[in-house]
Amino acid sequence: MLRFTFRRLLQIIPVLWIIITATFFMIRFVPGGPFTAEKAVTPEILRNLEAHYGLNKPLHQQYFDYMGSLMRGDLGPSFKYPNRTVNEIIGDKLPTSLELGFISLAVALTIGITLGTLAAVKRNSWLDYVCSSTAMIGICVPTFVLGPLLVLTFAIRFQWLNASGWYGPSDRILPCLTLGCVYAAYIARLTRGGMLEVLNQDYIRTARAKGASEARVVFKHALRGGLLPVVSFLGPGIAGILTGSFVIETIFQIPGLGREFVNSAFNRDYTLVLGTVILYASLIVILNLVVDVVQIWLNPKLKFE
Amino acid sequence: MRNFDTPLGCTSLNSFRKLSSIRSVVGFTCLLTLGALLTGCGKKDSSPSPAAKTNTTTAPSATPQIWRVGNGAEPQDLDPQTVTGVPEHKLMMALFEGLVTEDPKDLHPIPGLADRWEISADGLVYTFHLRANAKWSDGTPITAPQAVESYQRMLSPGLGAEYAYLLWFAVGAEDYTKGKLTDFSKTGFKALDERTLQITLKSPTPYLLKIIASHYAWTIVPTHVVKKFGKLDEKRTAWTRTGNHVGSGPFQLKDWAPQQKITVVRNPHYWDAAVVKLDAIEFFPTEDLGTEERMFRTGQLDMTYEMPANKIDTYRKERPEALKVDPWLGVYFYRCNVTRAPLTDKRVRRALALAIDRESLIKNITRGGETPAYSVSYPGTAGYFPRAKITGDLALAKQLLAEAGYPDGKGCPPIELLYNTQANHRAIAEAIQQMWRKNLGVEITLRNEEWKVYLNTQHVTKDYTLQRAGWIADYVDPHVFLEIWTTGNGNNDTLWSNADYDRLFQAALTAKNDTERYEIYQKMDAILVDEMPVIPIYFYTKVHAVSPRVKGYYPTLLDNHPYKHIYLEN
Repeated sequence: MLRFTFRRLLQIIPVLWIIITATFFMIRFVPGGPFTAEKAVTPEILRNLEAHYGLNKPLHQQYFDYMGSLMRGDLGPSFKYPNRTVNEIIGDKLPTSLELGFISLAVALTIGITLGTLAAVKRNSWLDYVCSSTAMIGICVPTFVLGPLLVLTFAIRFQWLNASGWYGPSDRILPCLTLGCVYAAYIARLTRGGMLEVLNQDYIRTARAKGASEARVVFKHALRGGLLPVVSFLGPGIAGILTGSFVIETIFQIPGLGREFVNSAFNRDYTLVLGTVILYASLIVILNLVVDVVQIWLNPKLKFE
Repeated sequence: MRNFDTPLGCTSLNSFRKLSSIRSVVGFTCLLTLGALLTGCGKKDSSPSPAAKTNTTTAPSATPQIWRVGNGAEPQDLDPQTVTGVPEHKLMMALFEGLVTEDPKDLHPIPGLADRWEISADGLVYTFHLRANAKWSDGTPITAPQAVESYQRMLSPGLGAEYAYLLWFAVGAEDYTKGKLTDFSKTGFKALDERTLQITLKSPTPYLLKIIASHYAWTIVPTHVVKKFGKLDEKRTAWTRTGNHVGSGPFQLKDWAPQQKITVVRNPHYWDAAVVKLDAIEFFPTEDLGTEERMFRTGQLDMTYEMPANKIDTYRKERPEALKVDPWLGVYFYRCNVTRAPLTDKRVRRALALAIDRESLIKNITRGGETPAYSVSYPGTAGYFPRAKITGDLALAKQLLAEAGYPDGKGCPPIELLYNTQANHRAIAEAIQQMWRKNLGVEITLRNEEWKVYLNTQHVTKDYTLQRAGWIADYVDPHVFLEIWTTGNGNNDTLWSNADYDRLFQAALTAKNDTERYEIYQKMDAILVDEMPVIPIYFYTKVHAVSPRVKGYYPTLLDNHPYKHIYLEN
């Protein structure tokens, strides 16, 4: 297992290098730059600005300069927010995105696994229909609809919570619920599917024949196999929850990194685009590795090869 | 399957592993939930709960006056010499004051840090006298040498300030930015003594005081603080951070939580501190219009930065007292690339301008109470009303088009209209597309581009035929709308050039008084209406939701509301 992990970790290096290089050149070839503004910047002033950020050097030189400072762990200054560095912005905002992501994930897993398991166990009963249709609605309703709906209900109608912001613990409720519910819906469907398959297996019949209680059959025997599809979903799922929180962060005014990830591209904030891409790319490849390891650990049919 | 083929009654290693893995999954879920709750609770609560907020808003007069406003976006920085946007401007108005400042009702220049000034008879030399009690928020006096140093910083090539050109009216300023002049003492900025500042201009600039009052490019910065954190012209230093920032305005920076809020509190050293009624202002970076409007409804905000267009009618019906729809000094127009057929012919441009039903567009599409625009200049800018207007009916439009060789639009090549990707621009473009098809038989194709790509097309490649655009004034003077159409202006972008127009523009700068100057502007407006390089569509309005308890708030053409006059009624 160690050898497997180590080999996979080594593979990450060229993958990241390709991503960084491709992003570096792609963002430079997009029309417009960090100083393109509605009120045209005078050519001489533009030259002064470009000189300050080294944008007047040949592109390959800028690439080597960037890779050099990257090796030293320096992601450079932000163009949009001149008094902050990319390292600082990521350091400031990543914890918020992680907090939002992990609470939402916990919400998603709790609701999703419960609904999915219930639906599978009580297959084709009214409970199944309720759980399955709830999940279907969850998948169909996008976050930008669900979020405002929750705000209208709990912030405007009942005045229990703030409409937006990220100040106190109560401000975590609505955004985490919104983001969690969408993922809960997927997890519920995957759990139901996985559980149904497992519950039809011979070994479950065997367990029942042995006189195991229904709870024991479900929780001890079936859940492990039933959760396999959920685990494979969690790799991209967690990455998606962390990177894809742009909409939630905008709707709820959350100072997270998801907003910077998207807005930096609109702002042509070259260094911030690269910084967030590097971070998220690393996150995705590492999470995929973790999921592979966990999957093998859960499913003895697979081997570390 | 082999792992599960264990004989009956055999407690296999597998089932133990199964059990432990289920435990781990359940345990993992619990841990996540717990961790999440802990991180949630561990964070220091920096803002009052909604219930507490309601209390602060309804309690009697002893409660602090905290004005909470939506501010559009996270500011780039809090350095008035390097920022460029409107959200930044709103913050600069709180943190800094100019040599002259704006009247709260009509924004005309009134004494600010300078209590008086003299202008030489030829209009070239301005002498400002700083107040004896003008102080920075750290208590140190604001001096004329500091003002000179500020302007040196603003113009230095090292700082690369985007608005440096707004200081180029002064002698030597442009050369200093371009690096042609390295000795700043040779420029037109002089400190005659500790409290007297003299500015010598290249040519008379009748609207200079208006720029100083309304534009932060002319702000004096605390150079004693700036130099503590780096060289005078060094970019990106820490002087604007919480704890370091020093200003000259009615408020000072208390806290800057990026993407959350910026809190400014009353500056005790401000020369006019006795007039300031608010204890603090909280600026929220509200990017999403829908969210902002909901924040207003829950009482998290006293004033929004903007209003979603689809909410305006609802507010008109249900909360008219909270809806403010005020004229805003800006024009929405279509820019013609005059080198592209059929727009090379001014008769076609005029026909297109005549065949737009602006009233219907405003009533049915934009719905924000805008004013139809029949001239490029905004009527009533500092007392200037353009006489030349787009006049004529559809018959005239058709006749003009026929004269240009396209009777009933026959033979007219389709015109491509470029707009930046946004639903409201698309809706306007589609309405105008129909009007032109129906009224003139002219076909329009639509092309949308992402904001910066679109700007690049406008400023750099010029690869467009017709482009939607807007121009918002930085200060209240008709000069703003006429300046940009001169030859070589960086914002002209129409490739239209007219020698008479350029000559009149220069003549206006040396006009003896505003009456004479405005007469020249009348001729310039007449040329624009005749040549029609741009097709004006409407004059903007600014729509906000403002809580009725906000007082001392007046509609102004720039949507600036000097904060020291604002207070909250409990």
